[in-house]
Amino acid sequence: MQIETVKPTEVQIKARRSRSIAIALALVAFVVVVYVVSIVRLGPAVIDRSF
Amino acid sequence: MAFVEKTALEDGASGMSEATAGDFFALLKPRVMSLVVFTAFVGLVAAPVAVNPVIAVTAILSIAIGAGASGALNMWYDADIDALMKRTAGRPVPAGRVKPGEALAFGLVLSVLSVMALGVLVDWLAASLLAFTIFFYAVVYTMWLKRWTPQNIVIGGAAGAFPPIIGWAAATGSVSLEPVILFLIIFLWTPPHFWALALFKADEYGRAGIPMMPNVAGVASTRRQIFAYSLIVAVVGVLPWALGYVGVAYGAVAVALGAGFVWYAWRVLRMADSDPVMRPAKMLFAYSLLYLFAIFATYLADKVIVRALAMPGV
Repeated sequence: MQIETVKPTEVQIKARRSRSIAIALALVAFVVVVYVVSIVRLGPAVIDRSF
Repeated sequence: MAFVEKTALEDGASGMSEATAGDFFALLKPRVMSLVVFTAFVGLVAAPVAVNPVIAVTAILSIAIGAGASGALNMWYDADIDALMKRTAGRPVPAGRVKPGEALAFGLVLSVLSVMALGVLVDWLAASLLAFTIFFYAVVYTMWLKRWTPQNIVIGGAAGAFPPIIGWAAATGSVSLEPVILFLIIFLWTPPHFWALALFKADEYGRAGIPMMPNVAGVASTRRQIFAYSLIVAVVGVLPWALGYVGVAYGAVAVALGAGFVWYAWRVLRMADSDPVMRPAKMLFAYSLLYLFAIFATYLADKVIVRALAMPGV
């Protein structure tokens, strides 16, 4: 059985790393924005509810 | 003996992307985005409603990403003609750094994300307007008007003019005449701004087959139309003061800035058709950028100062 694998070039590895870091930062920023806006919009009511 | 043999694809034969994060950022047209951010910010701050700073930042961020997404879609669709023009040949797609499919996916994902974020976190009217703006720029302007009519940037200018209305809607949840006046300033500013560029880049636009006004109607007709639009821009720029939205200081600055616009347009009107350098057109192009920034900055300053003076204890 033969499997084809990919061996990226130096340029591709560097570019992929750059993209991965950017995606990670964007995701963290998105989570922070959604979290902070939720707190601002709901305020103290976020914990003031019946269970 | 191994049951599995591995064959490595080397030297880029794998087709793996070599696009860096910077290339994707360039797809967002950051310079255009900065103008969008600024005018949307003015619309948001000028609105007669106090907005929570976190909500304001979220709104501006969403609008900026939406504008960037439409830029990415534009670069995906226009890669063929961008490759033919010196000004745009270095863009990520025509330069081969980003594949067309990557640019398309990037633009679509960011379009959906920005509209959803603006809607869920800020306001749905603002989100609807942002969605319409992205559609107008990417589909109506890029795919239809740009290659079809010399009125492309006249009608397409609406896309660039919407941000102050979106900013206003994000703050108030509604739209009134005041942000529409801001829309009109950008909308009417667009033709003289881009036709000044089209005059001294006519060869490039001609090579790419884009029907810009100088290539279709000729240089003389374009110069006359630039002057006519400049007169209208100068008048509309004063409207916010004439309608009582801002004070006399803004009115004075707007009159002076408008007079400057007309002066530079007059010099373009007097420019010889055969002028190879077209310095007056280049100067009008540069001045038009200054004009838009200055008139919105003055508008913003008037609003902020008046509001600060109206605060109790001042």
